[in-house]
Formats: sequence, structure tokens, C-alpha cells
Amino acid sequence: MTQVFESVLSTSFLYSVIRVATPLILASMGAVITSNAGITNIGIEGVMLVSALTGVFASAFGFGPWFGLLISIITGILCSLVIGYVSMSLKADSVLTCIAFNTMAIGGTVYFMYAVTKDKGTTLALNSGKLPSVEIPLIKDIPVLGEILSNHNVVSYIALLMIFVVYILLYKTPMGLRIRSAGKAPNALSSVGVSLLKTRYIALGISGILGGMAGAFMSMGYVTWFSKNMTAGRGFIALAADAMGNSTPVGAALSSMLFAVAEALSYALQITTISPELVQMLPYLVTILGLVIYSVKRSSSNKKKREKLANQ
Amino acid sequence: MSSHCKGHPHILVKDIGVKMNEKVILKVENILKVYPNGIVANRNVNFEVFEGEIHALIGENGAGKSTLMKILFGIESPEEGRIILNGEEVKIENSKKAISLGIGMVHQHFMLVDSLTIAENIALGNEPKKRGFFIDKARMIKKAEEYAKKYNFKINITDKIEDVSVGVKQKTEILKALVRDVKLLILDEPTAVLTPQETKELFAELKTLKKQGHTIIFISHKLNEIMEICDRVTIMRHGTTVETCYIKDTNPQDISNKMVGREIVLHVDKGEVKRGEVCLEADNLVYVNSIGKKMLDGVSLKLRKGEILSVAGVEGNGQAELAAVLTGMKAPISGTLKIFGQEIKTFTPATLRRNRLTYIPEDRMRNGCAAKLAIVDNLFADKIDKYLIGNIFLNRKKMRKKAEDMVKDFSIKCGSINHQVQVLSGGNIQKVVAARELTEEARIIIAEQPTRGIDAGASELIRRKIVEYRDKGAAILLISADLNEVLELSDSAIVMHNGRVNAYFKDTSKLTEEELGYYMLGVKNQSKEEVNAIL
Repeated sequence: MTQVFESVLSTSFLYSVIRVATPLILASMGAVITSNAGITNIGIEGVMLVSALTGVFASAFGFGPWFGLLISIITGILCSLVIGYVSMSLKADSVLTCIAFNTMAIGGTVYFMYAVTKDKGTTLALNSGKLPSVEIPLIKDIPVLGEILSNHNVVSYIALLMIFVVYILLYKTPMGLRIRSAGKAPNALSSVGVSLLKTRYIALGISGILGGMAGAFMSMGYVTWFSKNMTAGRGFIALAADAMGNSTPVGAALSSMLFAVAEALSYALQITTISPELVQMLPYLVTILGLVIYSVKRSSSNKKKREKLANQ
Repeated sequence: MSSHCKGHPHILVKDIGVKMNEKVILKVENILKVYPNGIVANRNVNFEVFEGEIHALIGENGAGKSTLMKILFGIESPEEGRIILNGEEVKIENSKKAISLGIGMVHQHFMLVDSLTIAENIALGNEPKKRGFFIDKARMIKKAEEYAKKYNFKINITDKIEDVSVGVKQKTEILKALVRDVKLLILDEPTAVLTPQETKELFAELKTLKKQGHTIIFISHKLNEIMEICDRVTIMRHGTTVETCYIKDTNPQDISNKMVGREIVLHVDKGEVKRGEVCLEADNLVYVNSIGKKMLDGVSLKLRKGEILSVAGVEGNGQAELAAVLTGMKAPISGTLKIFGQEIKTFTPATLRRNRLTYIPEDRMRNGCAAKLAIVDNLFADKIDKYLIGNIFLNRKKMRKKAEDMVKDFSIKCGSINHQVQVLSGGNIQKVVAARELTEEARIIIAEQPTRGIDAGASELIRRKIVEYRDKGAAILLISADLNEVLELSDSAIVMHNGRVNAYFKDTSKLTEEELGYYMLGVKNQSKEEVNAIL
């Protein structure tokens, strides 16, 4: 047990929290954008998965990891727009569309991976490379803090930057105003002659960029290959973070961090004798607990407020 | 346009004392609109609007006013006909085009984003930018303030919509149109949601708008408002424009007759009230809404067999919450409710309905009916168990037969009882709801705004039915914002103000609208003893 404590309290644990938080933050920022626009984009999971694979292919057969990242982003946008086209323009049920897309993403990525590498499990055979890690000057020299914050993958820093970017986008730009209106009062948006459909496509496109980056990080930062269903529900956890963060960028990012701690903890606990299956369940369990606590707290605080007023 | 107005318009113009140059700004010719379900909403619609006038559009529900306005604002497109704006024929494909042509619309249901400020709502879609990418907040607020000042609107631009009154929301809607340089403004039943004071303010604002050269199309059901503020009126009936007249040249009775094509009985004949035992007894009910506002603050009342007790009040003073609690839609935080002497412990609609209480809800589309189900299915939603074969299958034959009777009894105008409720006009939908709720079995009937927004014919029928069931011995609680209806229909009345009952009138026959108004606005309040006389 002391072994676990030691590992949890070590700088490498906190370093790994940032590492595992990266895809969650990126995907949850995508979820924040779409849920603000009034879309429940369950498809973000599949978007991440498909982008992770196309990034690896583009990197291996094209011009390296940076090119891979670009292709991942483009893939993310295209996938999101496809989901949008089917659910909004063709008016299919959006939840069913996303579920179908996610299922297709799991099967489709394996199919293409096998077609290219003759391997159904991973793309280890490809030399796809890794996006570079970055040392931050000054900070890297600070003891402890430097070890935690410096030398992360470049996408991790982009993810942190994205919290700020999404905040600015949503609250300080005309597009953000429109996106928020599209979610809160679609009629209001239409009544001033702004196309609701166009606004929602834009929101989906932006979430595609973020989902694509999350996917690229999975296969070219977190590890250096693509493996079957490698996102493992991170897209769904990001949706939970969005809900828990009340669809605000900062709230969703903090929730993502919480889930990341749980995930990092599950890795730390793998060195113990606790059954690995139980340990691997941890991040998902925390997600459910987080949502339950959040909902209970919200409804009880509402009730308390009402009772307090009633007794005045 | 009708001939009898055309003969001497210039004299009339002089009479009104307003400079009206009679330049036609908008001309609508032979509009035909058929909805995909085959309903002909507009046929042979012709009318002209002069520049700088306030032009009323009046007609019963289902007369095609809303459809016509939707066509003008680009929400619907007509099958046939021409729209001529400033002498040029135009095609209005969408709202954006309408706005660019200078046509704006204030919808009955506001199109506002509650979580945004007034200024943001006004700027939406047209946001001032700085550095190409960011919203220029200072300029946004300045522009909204300028417009509010120019048209003399007293609002605080930086308030959030969710915190402001209905009247301010409406002003925001009007400003939203004005900042887009709209010249022709369509107002769809703007006063339906306003208090008398807010209505007054609105009228003052409309007059300012008119003075500054704007043209207004004013849709309303309320004749006195049209008489007060409009220059001319176009009457619609059954999807067609019947006539356009100068207001000066007509009178309410005349307009009313042309609207329905027959005389409307403005008074309901009803006999002496014969009060029986107490059916429903509320004691000290308290209800707090989700944002923590105390909507019912100790409401006590007794409702007796054979009487119509009305609840008057300016909207938002707890009447809606009272109805919700009495029908089990919401549970009170404290207080008791007894029905026939038995205390109600669980507040669900099922418990209350089992106690033979029925409910005509205010929002007929959301709570009153299942819009996409057939008329016949809606008529039996609450009493399906009486129309079963072997407790499993629906007895469709019995349902159909009974439904035909009900349709006839309530003169519901429909092609077939198998049609969806949503294809009917508002008045007929309300008749379907009323037919379901006003039955022999009902001992207590809670009627919430039963005639709001429906045409005179349907209103009259529903009122007559309510009296009929009173005479059959039901106890009726009538919640209404229509003072006329309160005075005309009820035997007794209470007034709600700030979540409390502040007046009780055992006999409404000598009560006047003015007197009722004082209590509704809280200018006068009865003493506790006077209010408790109801108990």
C-alpha cells in the first residue's frame, strides 16, 4: 500500500494526470461547444477514434506527425459534418445517428487498419511517429513544478490553450453569441435572420477540430500507434465532464481533470494486488459518481432554497 | 377593399386629425395558402396598408391572420398571389429577406434568449465587431441605448431577459426589429400578455413609432384596443379578407358582426345560483417556484357545489400556481387541500381526477391535448378505462359513437374525428379539451383561462357549457384574466395579488371592472375578515 501512496504523491503521478487529461479536455471542449449550440454530440467518441487512425496513416504514409495532426483535424471536421448532415439536414434522430456513427467507427477503423497493416489489433507495424514534447523554459527549472508541468506533449499545451480559446469564442465573439442562442432559444436566432442550421454546423465543425486533436493525441502523443477502440469511452467521459461543468469551458475542464485523476489513479493502482479489472473501472465509476453527486447537489440546493423562502 | 369606406376617406382623415398621405406601402393580392394537410388557411386575401398608419387585423381564431403574417414575414410561402411592397412585387422566401425588405415582426411568443442581456438580444445576428473577431460590447450597448432613447422605451439595456417583466421583453422584441431599420412592423396580439399599465405604455410607444414614420400592422382580438389605437381595420373571416374600414367609420358591434358573420350574444344567460355543500377546501396553501419565489402565500378558499367562483388577477400573481396545485400538477410546500372533506395527501393529477375533479388547462397545446393524436383519442384520454373490452382492448366503436356525440354537442368543426387535433383552429382545439373535461361525472371543474385567445363563437359556447354544468351541480373554479368573463360568468369572485387572496366578492352582479381592477393592482385590499368571508 505504501507503494501506492508513494506513487500517487510523486511528481510523475501529477505529470501523468495532465497527460491523461489532455484528450478529455479537448473532447470536453468540443462537447461544450456543441451542447451550447443545442446539440448532444455523442458522436465525439467515434470522431476521436476515426481521427486517431487517419492521423497515424497520414503520419506514416505522408509527411510525419504534424501532417498527421492536420489530417486528424480535417477528419474530425468531416466526421462531425457527416453526423450533422444526417441528423440535422436529413433529420434523422440525433442520438441514433451518433450511436450508429460510433459503432461504425469501431468496426471501420479495425477494417481499414487490417486492410493497410494486416493486423487487427494495432498499427505497431507502421512507423507513424510522435508529436514532439516541449520543454518550457524557466518553468522546467523549478523543482517539482517543472517536473509536473514541463516536457509534455505539444498537444497537452494546446489542450490547455483551448480552454481559453473556447471561452473567448463562446463569450466574446459574435459566433459565440449565436452558438449560445442556437442552444438556448433557436427561434430567437431564426427570428433575426441567422440560419440555425448554419450555426449548428459551425459548432459541430469546431467540435470536430477539438475531437480530431484529441484523437491525434491518443495515437501520436499518448502512445505512438493506433489500437482497436483505443479511445475506450473517453468521448463519453468528456460528455459527462461537459454536463458536470454545466457546459462552461472552465467547469468542463475542471471536471475533465477530476476524471483524469481517477484514470491516473487506476494506472497507479495497477502495481497493487487489487484485481486489474476493478482498477480499470475506476475512471468510469468516478464519472458516474460525479454525475450523481452533481445532480443530487443541484436538486437539493434548489429544494433548500425553496424551503428557506417558504419559512421566511 | 370595401366600398363603403372608399367614398369619403379624405373627410375621415381630417376627422382622425392625423396626417396620412395614403401612400400604399404594402399591397397583398389574391393570396392563397394551402397547408400540406389540405387546410386552406388563406384564400382571396387582399388588403392594402398605408404608409404611417396603424392598421388592425382582426378575425376569429382560424380566420387566417397568423398565416397571413407568417407569409409576410417569410415563414410560410403562399401557393398563389402577389405581395407588392413600395410598388414593387417581392418574393419573401425567409425572415432574413423580410427583414432586409424592412418588414419586422413581434411574435406572440417571444423570440428571445433568456440567458442573454437585452442588448445582446438586440444585437444578435447583427453584432458590432472590433478587431474583426470580437464583439464590441461598448458599441453594442451604446446602440441599443440610443434606439431605446429615440423611441422613448424605458428599459435597462444590460438586464438579462430572464430577470425582466413580460412588458420589457416585448419592448426588447420591438427594438430588435427597429435596430434593423424595419419600416413595417407586425405585432401579433401584443397585448395578450400585458397588464393594463403595460398595454398603456405599449400604446404610447406605438404612437411614437407612428409619428416617426413607421407603419404598424396590429393583430388583436380586443376590439376596444383596436378602436383606441388603430387608423384602419381589416377584418378576416374563414381565411379571407372581408373588408377594410376606417376606424372612425365603424363601431365595435359592426366589426364584431363582420368577424363572425352573425350577432354574438355578449351576455350569458344564467339562472340564480343555488349553492350546495363545500366540494373543495384549500387551507393556507404555500407554493414556492423553482427560482425560489413564493407564488402562493397562504391561500385559503372554499368552493361550493353549484357555483362558479372566479379567480381574477393580473397574470403572475399566483393564479396559475393555484390551478397547478389544485389539479395536482404541483405539490404545495405547506397547507392542506380537502376534497369532499377528505384531505389530499399525494398531489398528482391522478389522485385528484379520481376524486372527480377535472381541469381545463391554460396551455391547451402543451397540457390540454396530445396534438398529434386524433380528436377521438384526445376526447377519452382521461376515461379510457370506461371504453375497454375485457379490460385490454379499446372499444373503438363505443368511442367513435360517443365522440361523434361530443363533437356535435360542442360544435367542434372538423373533417373527421380521426383527424389530428393539431390541424384544428385554436378555438376548436379548446372545444375538444372542454368536451373532454366538462362531463356529467365531473363534480369539480377547474377551468383555467378557458376562452383565452380563441374566437368569440367558441368562447360563447364554452361559457354556455360552463354555466350548463354549474346548473347540473358541478362546482366550478374559473381562473381568468378576462374581466368581462369574470363579471359575466361567475357567481362569486376572489382576487389574487402577490400570491394572496386580497378580495372576496360573494355576489359579482354589482361588481364593476374598475373596482375589480383596483384589487387586482393592489391599490385596494380587503381586510382579513372580508376575505375570510369565503370560508
